[in-house]
Amino acid sequence: MDFEPTDDQVALQTELRRFLAERIDHDARRAIAEMPGAVDRDLWRELGGMGVFSVTLPESAGGVGLGFAEATLVFEELGRAAVPGPLVGTFLAAGLDVDLAASAAAGEATVGLCPVGDPAFVEHLPALDALLVVDDGGVALAEPPAGARPVDRPLDPLTPVAVVEALPAGRPVGDGDLARELRTRAALLAAALQVGLATAAVEMATGHANQRVQFGRVIGQFQAVKHMLADAQVQVEVARAAVQAAGVELDDAAAGHQEASAARRAVDVARIVASRAADRATRACIQVHGGMGFTWELDAHLYLKRALVLDAGVGSPEDAKDALAAAL
Amino acid sequence: MRLRETPEEQAFRRELRLWLEETLPTLPPEPPFDDWEAKRAYDTGWQRRLYEAGYAGVSWPKEYGGRGATPSEELIFLEETERAGAPYVGCCFVSTLHAGPTIIAEGTPEQRARYLPPILRGDHVWCQGFSEPEAGSDLASLRTRAVRDGNHYVVTGQKIWTSHAQVADFCELLVRTDPDAPKHKGITWLIMPMDLPGIEVRPMRTLTGESEFSEMFLDEVRIPVENVVGAENDGWRVAMVTFGFERGTAFVSELLASKRLLADLVEIAKKTPWRGATAWDDAGIRDELVLIEAELEAQWALTKRNVSRAARHGTPGVGGSVFKLAYHETRERMGEVALRILGRARLALDDPTGVSARHLDHVHQRLYALSLSIAAGTAQIQRNIVGERLLGLPKDR
Ligand SMILES: Cc1cc2nc3c(=O)[nH]c(=O)nc-3n(C[C@H](O)[C@H](O)[C@H](O)COP(=O)(O)OP(=O)(O)OC[C@H]3O[C@@H](n4cnc5c(N)ncnc54)[C@H](O)[C@@H]3O)c2cc1C
Repeated sequence: MDFEPTDDQVALQTELRRFLAERIDHDARRAIAEMPGAVDRDLWRELGGMGVFSVTLPESAGGVGLGFAEATLVFEELGRAAVPGPLVGTFLAAGLDVDLAASAAAGEATVGLCPVGDPAFVEHLPALDALLVVDDGGVALAEPPAGARPVDRPLDPLTPVAVVEALPAGRPVGDGDLARELRTRAALLAAALQVGLATAAVEMATGHANQRVQFGRVIGQFQAVKHMLADAQVQVEVARAAVQAAGVELDDAAAGHQEASAARRAVDVARIVASRAADRATRACIQVHGGMGFTWELDAHLYLKRALVLDAGVGSPEDAKDALAAAL
Repeated sequence: MRLRETPEEQAFRRELRLWLEETLPTLPPEPPFDDWEAKRAYDTGWQRRLYEAGYAGVSWPKEYGGRGATPSEELIFLEETERAGAPYVGCCFVSTLHAGPTIIAEGTPEQRARYLPPILRGDHVWCQGFSEPEAGSDLASLRTRAVRDGNHYVVTGQKIWTSHAQVADFCELLVRTDPDAPKHKGITWLIMPMDLPGIEVRPMRTLTGESEFSEMFLDEVRIPVENVVGAENDGWRVAMVTFGFERGTAFVSELLASKRLLADLVEIAKKTPWRGATAWDDAGIRDELVLIEAELEAQWALTKRNVSRAARHGTPGVGGSVFKLAYHETRERMGEVALRILGRARLALDDPTGVSARHLDHVHQRLYALSLSIAAGTAQIQRNIVGERLLGLPKDR
């Protein structure tokens, strides 16, 4: 065992972090919110070009040829930069045996992901080229549904939502086994995004705590503030370890070195703790900023809201709790 | 100690219930989202109706237009209005719940006669100009300067997070009148008319998307000396009186509203499909909802204690901090379990698919609850207050 990232893995993560830090800031996020479906198509292609959606595809198929271990690093960075868009759906579609896969991998196409629901809430609809619909029985690829009703005020301003009375049936692309596999992958990627969001939240709050002065001291000196951030960071570290371990386990299972059920269980664990870490960290970020934390202007609420949105997606912590309970 | 209602109190409850049944159907439609002029008109309109029916300022003295009733009747009033789904105080929060009570406790007879009746009639909206960019938790370090010039103070500085400033007529303003005194000793509590020259209000958006609060820039605003409440340089003590009301009794109707939110959540849970049954059948969900119900009920008992104490001693004191700490924690957990129950419906505010039969917006409430540990003194500051003033532990600063 050597659970430290390799130099290549560190380089991959650092490169993407640098790119995103330059490409996306506070103003860019707000500009993207104004674009149709809150997707920046140029950015999407750039991400595709960097291999974000094809990390786990073989090089022979134009992919990066790496595994889910690396995908967790990539998605942690996407979360940390709070990149808007149907990241998970597009990633999953790139790995399917469908016509759209190549353009999804390249970042030419955007693919949403939605659990069946009546009514269904579809994210980023105006920007979608296709929609993956997942339920227990199977997976379908559908045209973006017409006749949807956009909601006036989505929870997350960077995740526009439309209500659809009946999701189109679409074309079946797989059975219950594929559904389970996609759910597992979606859960892992969402957990990685949440670790990234939580990391950004703690960083931002720590920066503020180091510089905001009240009662003649920087507020980070107050134990109440220091401990709030330390507690958040503890959860983030635990969650990051669980997420990366789950990525490695999925790769091991794919290579036949691990039982698929054990890998799934690792993902369930990661999903549950990442959700809690994101909740704790994003709340702490708002609290440490005081009144400023409650404003629209500061990005703190974007982290919190995105984390809440991710909890309601395919492969939710609720699903993970059920699965883990069944395994106990 | 008595909790039972007297026959007079029971009669008051019956009479009020009837009045609400007749009156609520005649109210105008609710104001549109984030339209503050319309909100003001709606909230003050409701206050006016209360006044005309003799229900404004239930426990305020009669001579200023109040009902002069007992604190029990005040609670009955809040219970019944909440039960009937009457409008929330809204823009009248500061005026009726802490500026008015502060003036009753600390104002001169002239100030009471001048400011209290229009508050009860719904003629005036007030805001609270305490916080500054550099003085939030450390409020006593505030820098907005007031320099005496004849019969006026000339006030210059900046306030921030001033709720409802854009529609307010008056502001309870804290200023520094003696820059050389120790920080708590040089502060004065002033009444500032919002139409004076030199006041600029710039609304800011909260994370719920509403322009609820503002930045307020004051540039040589001339405020008459007669507008001091308490004495010059005694403003810190007066501000503590205001906080007693703000943290103590002002949240009573909120607590009652939370009970309604919880009842609604239980209804939603009972009809939400969940693991082959309903969410209510899930032991984890039900346990959490029941715990929250118990906490809210217990906080209602604490509220009765705080309100009784305020009636006996003039202000509620530290009890408000105890209440706020307990309450914000419960509300945070309520938001958490609400979103679990809502599932995908959490993705939108305003409940576009009609999950709540009572038209309550649990997603908004989840976000709003984040302010409960910040506004009116952060949770960390309230814990210091409980530790220091209630337990007598030493200060760390
Ligand atoms: C919705 C809303 C409405 C508001 N309305 C009004 C209004 O109408 N009028 C008005 O005057 N103000 C209003 N406020 C302002 C509110 O009172 C302040 O935000 C609050 O007092 C905190 O001050 P701050 O924002 O400067 O945060 P800071 O004081 O900078 O606090 C930042 C963090 O440091 C912590 N901290 C600071 N000092 C200590 C300490 N000694 N020990 C431990 N931790 C500490 C805080 O708990 C917080 O987590 C409102 C705020 C909100 C969110």
